[in-house]
Parts: sequence; structure tokens; C-alpha cells
Amino acid sequence: MAKISLNVDGKSHSIDADGDMPLLYALRDDLGLRNPKFGCGLAQCGACTVLVDGEPVRSCITPVDSLSSSKITTLAGLGGGKAHKIQEAFIAEEVPQCGYCLNGWLMTAAAFLEKTPKPSDAQIRDALSGLKCRCGTHVAILRAVKRAALA
Amino acid sequence: MNIQVNRRHLLSGAGALTIAIMLPGKKAQAAVFGAEKRPPLDPRNLSSYITINADGTVITYWGKMDMGQGTDLGCAQMVAEELDLPVDKVSVLQGDSGTSVNQGGASGSTGIQSGGVTLASAAAEARYQLIEMASKHLGVPAADLTTVNGTVQSRSDASKKVTYGELIGGRFFETQLEWNKQIGNGLFVKGKGVRKPVSDYKVIGTSPARRDVPFKVLGTGDYVVDIKVPGMVHGRVIHPPVAGAQPVSFDEASVKDIPGVQIVHEKGFLAVVAPREYDAVKAMRQLKVTWSDVKPPFSGNAKLYDHIRNAPALANGSAKDVGNIDATFAGAARVIEATYEWPFQSHASMGPACAVVEIKDGGATVWTGSQKPHFTGDGVAAMLGLPKEKVRGIWVPGPGSYGRNDAGDAAADAALIAKKIGKPVRVIGMRADATGWDPKGPASVHKARAALDKDGKVIGWDFGSKGFSRLDVNSNESAVYDTLAGQAIGVDLKPTNAFATPEESYDFSAKRKTWETIAPLLDRSSPLRGAHLRDPLGPQIHFASESFIDELAFATGQDPVAFRLKHLSEPRDVAVVKAASEKAGWQPRTAARKQVSGDVARGQGIAYAQRTGTRVAIVAEVEVNLKTGKVWGRKVTVAHDCGVIINPKQLTHTIEGNVCQGLSRALWEEVKFDDKNVTSVDWETYPILDIMEAPETVDVVLINMPNIAPSGAGEASMRPLAAAVANAIYDATGVRLRQAPFTPERLKAGLA
Repeated sequence: MAKISLNVDGKSHSIDADGDMPLLYALRDDLGLRNPKFGCGLAQCGACTVLVDGEPVRSCITPVDSLSSSKITTLAGLGGGKAHKIQEAFIAEEVPQCGYCLNGWLMTAAAFLEKTPKPSDAQIRDALSGLKCRCGTHVAILRAVKRAALA
Repeated sequence: MNIQVNRRHLLSGAGALTIAIMLPGKKAQAAVFGAEKRPPLDPRNLSSYITINADGTVITYWGKMDMGQGTDLGCAQMVAEELDLPVDKVSVLQGDSGTSVNQGGASGSTGIQSGGVTLASAAAEARYQLIEMASKHLGVPAADLTTVNGTVQSRSDASKKVTYGELIGGRFFETQLEWNKQIGNGLFVKGKGVRKPVSDYKVIGTSPARRDVPFKVLGTGDYVVDIKVPGMVHGRVIHPPVAGAQPVSFDEASVKDIPGVQIVHEKGFLAVVAPREYDAVKAMRQLKVTWSDVKPPFSGNAKLYDHIRNAPALANGSAKDVGNIDATFAGAARVIEATYEWPFQSHASMGPACAVVEIKDGGATVWTGSQKPHFTGDGVAAMLGLPKEKVRGIWVPGPGSYGRNDAGDAAADAALIAKKIGKPVRVIGMRADATGWDPKGPASVHKARAALDKDGKVIGWDFGSKGFSRLDVNSNESAVYDTLAGQAIGVDLKPTNAFATPEESYDFSAKRKTWETIAPLLDRSSPLRGAHLRDPLGPQIHFASESFIDELAFATGQDPVAFRLKHLSEPRDVAVVKAASEKAGWQPRTAARKQVSGDVARGQGIAYAQRTGTRVAIVAEVEVNLKTGKVWGRKVTVAHDCGVIINPKQLTHTIEGNVCQGLSRALWEEVKFDDKNVTSVDWETYPILDIMEAPETVDVVLINMPNIAPSGAGEASMRPLAAAVANAIYDATGVRLRQAPFTPERLKAGLA
């Protein structure tokens, strides 16, 4: 056990944890955040995605002691107190079925659109490749990311 | 954009009663206006389905729930329609045995077709009762009264009117309904109130916004994984490395450095708990266990289909024969035969199942993502030795559910652990527990034969399936023997043998459709136990039957669409085949077209099926990369007839979801296992469709049948999809794939 400092959505936190504990457990269990989800624990699905200094990172395999000087952003902090344009687009397109995977698509797409504001269809697919959606909402996701890009 | 940030706030817009009932516990109940007087939750009581708040808004209590296909919204529309209210005045409380009767949960695509219809029938009775009350209140004969936007008013004098809220707001209907004595999907009630004629529909057929979308996208609502109860500990179940092995001993010292860890053991059941979640994960990984030395129970998936063919049949069944099949085949000029194979498939939900169980005050509560929370509550009661009415089953959104997945097992795990340690418990698995140990869609072999006369006309069709039962464990979890934990502690098992036959209307003059089931590979605590997976048995059976119809068309020199149109006998079936083929720009052909440019071969294939009243035809357009063997379902056109359409937008989304999930199952999904256990245990070893492979276009043609009762839409479009893809692959390459999934390896082997 060690004292670990985390900056999450603009707030500083200190928790007691094993340094090798994945960030996801700190976010969910210690800080009580519900957006990053446990999907696989293997960095294979993306449901746990957060932004670390603006880059999408799979929190389920990221050791909690590797982040002391980083700014972590979760879905709750993505829009800075209001809905981010990617969230508005996903709501307008009524994307989710179960919605369990959404966190990964939203965080990854938001980071992608930040760097690539006018993406082609192929670039959108490429950027989101590897994320999983079991309900099969892929075509709605593609519509929503396009909508956000045009917003 | 106006976005509500809290789901409970969203619901609270519909009245104080809603918000209080959402919260479990006595204190919250006491805060509910009139709640203590709510008549018992009896299927005969109108109050079990409909209540009206003082402000005239309506709550409908649905003993099912929506898993993201908008069926709760559909129910709200149906109730609003009967009560002449705008849909936003109707809120739906769903999936909670504390507030609704058992309508079977999300099951068999019956959300609208039985769940919604029952609520609409109750709403029609509520309207009838409101008019009776208004008649007394206003001194106007009931025949002169009508309902308009939440008021009852006189037709002859519009100044004579009274609102629903004034008539009964905050009190409960005391009316009794006629009940058909069934619980579950078959539950139906009827009163004196008559449902509206279709011509008066204003709300049905529209597409208002779904209610669950904002909280899911904004991340402001609870999933099961977010439920926390005071004093709760985190549990992890430890499954054996060799299926069927039992924990003989474990070394407590191996986890003694982990704070607060406890080991829970009963016969074949082994779990660890800890106050902190990551500590439970560590304990699960760290605990040294000695497992019994059992003979490896399986022979590996490479030998699966030979095993199915050779295994003795345990049970069999058939559809009613048409004509004399044996005489027809005996006199045939030519017989065509083919065999098709479908693997075990996993639910592979987005996350491992989670459940929370709290035992308190002589009763218990289970929070679950299961599709059948009423039955889950019954199962927890059985595990705890409590009367059913002492256990409340509350559905909370989970990581997707397409049948009997691992959610029911997690609830039983949590119940058993909570009982043994006397603390509230939250159980969730790791990825390998979910994909490796969930109940599986069963594997099967299908043999199709056709008899042709001397002119090449099909005169007989004989279709037989043989496979594992879809009910090694039941689709609800009300019995301990249907759960993994129950099986681990040694209860007597009661598997059911069930399979099915194709649903179609081909007019062949002799027809036989049969099935046989075989014993499970391991009868207890098996990672390969057969269970319901979206459209149970539909994809496998219709992959075979509709591939074979294509084979027959080509064998007799006919176009696959023309062949189907010639032989389909029901007009609604003909209509979907025509609609899909016209919309897709079907190119008639009597042989595989093999359109190749560069490394890519393009093809188009059709398939059709019925599903409990619903009709679907699908034209798939695929691109096959001849070098890599990879198949892309580039465009999928679906014509869909499920009777009267309640909400066209949600229906379209539901079909799109089925198309992508169906492509995933057709192209990628196969449970792998060796002699010891399932080896496809994560997203690398059990791949699903990636967004790179999502269709460019899903074109949906909705056929509305206003005078036909709604039939299910949740699963029907999954049914013919694999065959449409296989038929398109044949058109593109001339390769007939008779074994699913259509992986690059199988394509390359076929092309070689």
C-alpha cells in the first residue's frame, strides 16, 4: 500500500493503494466514478477508456502509480460541466442499446475529433477500430461520430 | 440541447410516486404517497399495471424490461394511446418484482407483442373506469363521454369535463381484470374497456425520443456494477481449470496478506471475498487450490460435428408432415442432399455479469442485469431457503443481454456467498468467466434433402436437425439447478431437451421437418451448457434451411428470388421477399456470378424466415477478399413485417443491431475448446465484428400491417442473416460454405 495522488477531471485525490493496481479500480472503487467500465481487464474492448493528458488510455491495465503527474479525464469531465459535442451527437442519433461499451467509443472519438476535426469515413473507422460493441450499434456509432464532426 | 443529467430526475418529472418507488427500502416506501395502500401485486388488479398521479400523469408497471431496443417507450406509447395522453405523460417502471407482476422479463421478443399488449389492455380498462367515474362525477351518461388529453369530457357539452388527476390521482384503481392464469410471457389480462380502433391511433406509429439514451450517453445512471449497499463486500468465483473438477483443498496462507479476505467453499463452489474490489481480484489469482483429478470431459471442437452425428438421440420432435415424404423420395428422379454445421456461440456480453445480493430483515434483494428479474428473485429465494415473496428482484441495466447469459449465474453466486458469510455481496467475473463460462448457444448439424421429379421440380423436402438442447439450463433462473452455483453444490439436475424446426411457408407437396437432441458433453457445471442466445436456434436452423433453398434453386436452374417467390405460399412472406429484392436491386441469376475485380469478389444473396408471426427477408451484399479470405458484409437490405408498427425509428435501430450482431456471429463467432475446457475466453480468442467490418449501409424496409397485432422484432432479423451472407459468398466466389462461421480460414480453404 502506498499513498497515490491522482488528478481526475480537474480535482486532486489521494488514495491508499498498491502501486500496480489498475487505474480503473481506483476510479470506480476509490473515487466512486461509474463511467469507466470493467469489460475485459485486458485492454481489448475499451469500455474502461479515460484520457491521460488528452490521449485515450485503457485504465484497466494502467498501473495507478504511473500517473502522478498526469491529468486524467473521464467521461464525467469530458464536456467540462456540460455535454460534449460527441455526447450530443450520440444522443441525437440514439446510439446505445445496452450502453455498457459507450464510454470507450465516446472517449476515443472525442480524442480523435480533437486531432482530426474533418475526418473521412475511413479515418473514423480506423480510429475506432478495436473498440467492441456487442449489441451491434456500429452503424449508429458511425452516424453519430460523423454528426459530431460536422457539429 | 436540453439534457437531463440524472435518470431519477428524469423519472421524477412523472410524479412523486415514481421517484420513491425507484428507491428500495422502508423509509422510501413510507415517503410514497399512498404506497402503503397499493393493493397487492396481483395479476388481476388493474392497479398492478396502471396508476395515475395527482397531476394526471400515468405510471405503467411493466413486468418486463427494455435492453436498449426502445420497447419500454413502445409500451408507454401503447398505454398513452389507450388513455388519450401525450406519450411524455406516461412513465414506465420496469423489471422490478417489487413494483410489477411477473410478465416474463425480456424474453422471446415478447416485450411489445405480449408485454405491451397486456399493458394496453389494462390501459383500455383504466380509460373505461375513468369514464364511469366521470359519469358519476359530472352527472353525464357514460355514452356521452369521451377522453381528450387526460380529461374526460362530454361530447355534447365540452364545458363538462374532469381531469384524470381529479378523478383518481394519488389513489389506486380497485378494478379487477380477467386474468388468463398465466405468469411470464403468456400473462394476459382483459377488462370491460375495449382497445381503440387502429384508425384512431395518434401515438402508435410515431417515434418519440427514447428515455434511456441520455443517462447512458452522459454516464449519469447506475448499471448493476454501480450498485453499492452498506457493508457490501466484493466476491469473485473461482472456476476450475478442467471443467468438472472440484476444489479438493486450498491454502488459506496463500492469501493471508490480503486485507479482509474470506474464502467461501461448498462442495464444487469456491469463491473469495474482500472489502476492496481489487483485493478480491488479487485473492482470486493468488489462492492456491488443489483441484480433483478428473478425466478431461471433452474431445475438442475439431471433433464436435462428428460427435453430434454419432451421439445417440435423447429426444426428438417434428413439425406436422405434409404429404407422404417417404413415398415421394422413393419415387424421386433425383435427390439433392447437403449437411450444414453451426458451432457453440457465446453471449460474450460487453462485461462479465454482476449481481448484488443483500439479505436483511428476513428477506433479500437481488440487483441483477438478468433479463428475468422476477425469476431471478425466485431463484435467489430458492438458494436462500426463503419464500419467494420475501425476495425482491430488481433489474438494473447490465452489459447487454441476448438470452440466458451469465447474469443468472452471478445472482446465484452472490446469493450463495451472501448466505454463507452473512454480508451483502457484489459478484462480478473476469473476462474469462464471461466468455468461457457463460451458457452457450448450442452447436448443431442439419441435414437437408430434396426430391426432384423428372422435370426437375422440387416435390419433397426433408430437413432434420441434430444438436445440443437449447435448455440444458432454463432461460429463467428460478431454480437452483439451472445455475452454475447450484450445480456446483450438487443439486439434482433437470435439463430439458428442446430444439426446433424451420419456420417458413414453402409449398412443396411433401415436407418433413424433424429434430433430435443429444446429451450435453458434461452434464454438470459445464462451460458448454446449452441455453438461449438471441433467436434461440433460429440462426443455425435457417442458415441451413435457407442455404439449401439456394442450392435447390441453382441445382434446378432457377434464380434464388424467383424460386422462393414461386414456392412461398403466404402473401406476407412473398411481400418481404419482393420488398427486399426490389430495394436491393436484385440481379437475377441461375448460377454464381463470381464478379471479380482485382482481389475482390462481389456477390449478393437472399434468405428469408418467419419468426412467431414476424416475417423477414434479407439481401446481403458481400465483398470477399480472395487473397485474405476476409468477408465484408458491405450492404444489408432488410424487409421486415412484424404487424402493426409501434415505433418505426426504434424498430429500424433494432434491426440494425441484429444485422451487425448477426454478421458477427456469421463471420467470426465460434467457441473453441480442447479436451479440458473452453479456450476461447476473451476478445482475441472469441473475436466479434469490428467497426472496420460494419456495413456501409443497412437499408431497412418496414412493412406496416395496421390491422395485424404486433409480433416480435427483437430477434427476427437475426434469423435469416447468416444464410443471406452464405448465399452472397456463393454468388461472389462459387464456394458453398456449409459450416459457420465464415472465417478467412474457411474461405481460403474453400477457394483453394
